[in-house]
Amino acid sequence: MIFLNLAIWLPILAGVVLLALGRDDNARTVRWMSLVFALASFLVTIPLITGFDTAQAGLQFQTNLAWIERFHANYHIGVDGISVWFVLLTALITVVVVISAWEVITERVNQYMAAFLILSGVMVGVFAAADGLLFYTFFEATLIPMYIIIGIWGGPRRIYASFKFFLYTLLGSLLMLVAIVYLYIQSNGSFEILAWHKLPLSMTAQTALFFAFLAAFAVKVPMWPVHTWLPDVHVEAPTGGSAVLAAIMLKLGAYGFLRFSLPIAPDASHQWAWLIIAMSLIAVVYIGLVAMVQTDMKKLVAYSSIAHMGFCTLGFFIFNALGMEGAIVQMISHGFVSAAMFLGIGVLYDRVHSREIAAYGGVANTMPKFAAFAVLFAMANCGLPGTAGFVGEWMVILATTGYNFWIAALAATALVFGAAYTLWMVKRVYFGPVTKGSVSRLKDINPREFFMLAVLAVAVLAMGLYPKPFTDVMQASVDELLKHVAQSKLI
Amino acid sequence: MIQMPSWLPVVYPEIFLLLMTSVVALVGVNASEKRLNLSYVIAQISLGLLALLHLNELQLAKTVYAMQRMVVIDPLGHLLAMSAALATMITLGFARPYLASRDLLKGEFLSLAMFALLGISVMVSSNNFLVVYVGLELMSLSLYALTALRRDHAVSTEAAMKYFILGALASGFLLYGLSMMYGATGTLDIPYVFDAIHKGTAAPQVLTFGLVFIVAGLAFKLGLAPFHMWVPDVYQGAPTAVTLLISGAPKLAAFGITFRILVEGLSGLATDWQEMLIVLSVVSMSLGNLAAIAQSNLKRLLAYSAIAQLGFMLLGFTPTVINVETANAVNGYSSALFYMVTYVLTTLGTFGLVMVLSRQGFESEEIADLAGLGKRSPWIAGVMALFMFSLAGIPPLVGFYAKFAVLQALVSTGNQGYIILAVVAVLLSLIGAYYYLRIVKTMFFDEPLDPAPVQGETAAVVLLALSGLAVLGFGLFSDGLMTVCRDAVLKAFST
Repeated sequence: MIFLNLAIWLPILAGVVLLALGRDDNARTVRWMSLVFALASFLVTIPLITGFDTAQAGLQFQTNLAWIERFHANYHIGVDGISVWFVLLTALITVVVVISAWEVITERVNQYMAAFLILSGVMVGVFAAADGLLFYTFFEATLIPMYIIIGIWGGPRRIYASFKFFLYTLLGSLLMLVAIVYLYIQSNGSFEILAWHKLPLSMTAQTALFFAFLAAFAVKVPMWPVHTWLPDVHVEAPTGGSAVLAAIMLKLGAYGFLRFSLPIAPDASHQWAWLIIAMSLIAVVYIGLVAMVQTDMKKLVAYSSIAHMGFCTLGFFIFNALGMEGAIVQMISHGFVSAAMFLGIGVLYDRVHSREIAAYGGVANTMPKFAAFAVLFAMANCGLPGTAGFVGEWMVILATTGYNFWIAALAATALVFGAAYTLWMVKRVYFGPVTKGSVSRLKDINPREFFMLAVLAVAVLAMGLYPKPFTDVMQASVDELLKHVAQSKLI
Repeated sequence: MIQMPSWLPVVYPEIFLLLMTSVVALVGVNASEKRLNLSYVIAQISLGLLALLHLNELQLAKTVYAMQRMVVIDPLGHLLAMSAALATMITLGFARPYLASRDLLKGEFLSLAMFALLGISVMVSSNNFLVVYVGLELMSLSLYALTALRRDHAVSTEAAMKYFILGALASGFLLYGLSMMYGATGTLDIPYVFDAIHKGTAAPQVLTFGLVFIVAGLAFKLGLAPFHMWVPDVYQGAPTAVTLLISGAPKLAAFGITFRILVEGLSGLATDWQEMLIVLSVVSMSLGNLAAIAQSNLKRLLAYSAIAQLGFMLLGFTPTVINVETANAVNGYSSALFYMVTYVLTTLGTFGLVMVLSRQGFESEEIADLAGLGKRSPWIAGVMALFMFSLAGIPPLVGFYAKFAVLQALVSTGNQGYIILAVVAVLLSLIGAYYYLRIVKTMFFDEPLDPAPVQGETAAVVLLALSGLAVLGFGLFSDGLMTVCRDAVLKAFST
């Protein structure tokens, strides 16, 4: 279908156009053009959700064209109930990121905007790909624009961060490449991911595949203990880069579990579920504690991202519908909340040029409008009922209680720790008397910043108050996936 | 009436090339600048025509023997010869402004480059060990002389000496090995050698003994570790235009003779040579990738990168014919062929870029010279970034699909050893990604030393843009070239 194709290729073409035509002396035009392109790319994703048939579990809006016939690889794209929301999320976050860069990026504006637009199209491609080679192509291609974004517009240690990001994630995905090739051979030369789902495999093969995919996705999510790249990269990346990284790129890894690990190696997934659950719990509890002692706001939010993503992987591997839906809802809500948190830090950083919590205090006095948003997002981050953050966490905890009480009890501590580190940061940054000169000179957010935060605030509240549209869309696909995962594929 | 010799319709592209080379040589002798321009134009037009002739024959997809079965004309030969002709065209296009600004553009350059191409054409269509050798020497001697083109330059002269001595040694190895084959089988014709080995009439000790020398000789020519010592010195020492020539078409020729000798002639000994190739390949990938990290000279870095890349390509040669079942072998060799052709394309662009960056009296050879290129000339830097990401094997660039093709050929054998080999290969290419990324970093993340934009010759910049497009285009739409490669290898097998 044309809309899904447009959702992938429109931003990519727009990026190429900007690269070709933009120069720094026409930066204003470049900004407006980027905004128009980003909005158009978002608008073309809307028919995907309005025209979505919630009764159907399989792929919709499919396009299937021959691509590399020599390998029977096809340009096969389509979305199901699980992936369709991520297509929208990606396009929406890109609009917000373009707005957030408006006055902040003054050098090589066209390259910055083009990198984000191309990245957006490529990430939509990852969520839409139904062909293994196509998936890998999109999955890896995300590295190039992100590497450039961190390296050019990042902080003082940007080069270290960009290399760490690239090589760390490449290492994981190369093992996935071998796994994909193996599946291709085992399925007698097919790259259809859905055909791989039906492929019977021995336990040894499933275990090997499971760990090869784990290497790729655990690094991307990131799961403890391969999470160390994330805080470094977040601290150095520019605001927009952090927002996209946290909101969407981390979801690529979690999405990979749903598309590859669980349905392709269900028996191995059941056998090794304890490992994933243990890693998720460590992420939730230990990383939550690590977040508490951070003095750098971006690092704090980065660690909080790892903890929140721990909920997602926990939800996947307890194998019930509530947990899985909760995990997917958590992925979407974390997309909104983490993007908002990083953009908020960006707003402060643009004014004070510091990310240290200690450099602030009493910001609510000088920036009341901004503080209102910031507190809302902080509440969503700790999972306050009524915000998006609550729905997913609550569903996962509820589902886990049915699975094992003690695991649920441990996971629930995240709500405590989450509240502790988020609220403590809010207290130190926004409340109390103004003691720093830089804070007393702060000007409140301008209409552009207001708009960008308002979009996310609406999304966070809407999802928190009425999550039914989200769960309705994914229900059929999640049930189908779970049915599939419950069946043994052993030969 | 004179009867047309029967070989003429078979080898007419080579005859045409020989004639035109002589014309270019004559026009270029002691020539004024105007006459040189004329001989350059003649050279480019004849190379273009040559490529078209090969393309035409490639589409006919015939296999014909000629000259007492000394030469074979098949799609594989035409594909390689056509690619070599195109590679030489690109080389001359990049080389002309570079050499002209250094007073090095003489008639010799054009005619020797074309003689090297003639040697390549002979090699890739040889059906006899002696013809292989004749072609090899024609190519090598031309290249030795070209390396010393900058004759008042100490490093160049040293590189040429090294190249000549080691190259002669390698040729000696190869010749010695071939003579062993002759001793064991009593023939120099590749198909008869094949038959003799299969009948089991040849003495196995002599065959294996000869094989070791042949593989060593080929490894020298391909520049594989541990026979790689000449590669970094020659790449660095030769004038960049000659480095470009050496790193392009001759690699295709080396692929061609490796295929002709090992696969068409000695596949009866495959169990022996595939083990040697695995060792060569793993050693090359490890050494090439690790040594490249430490380089500060761009040309030297690319030399080590070539060693590593060719090691990866060689993996495609390791799955062999098992009990008449050729599927794995065809899959592997055609993947290796695809890898080789696309690698040559990428490397031509890369060295072409090094020349575009150089100015009169300034060789842009250090990695540091690239600093801030993204600000100075974003387009040129962007094309270079495409080349680097392609060499690192990041999709959607062609380098990824080449690596992928080789990996799937390894895994499809279903043999556990090959799967481990595939894992080793991808892990080593991860190390490779580091130094390619470092070049991208230097271009985009570092501040320029000299903010002036690069002043490139229009022709060279257009060529650069075309190679960049090709690296992207063959990546996004790799099917056509992959199919051509597979059909060529299939055809070579069916006879």
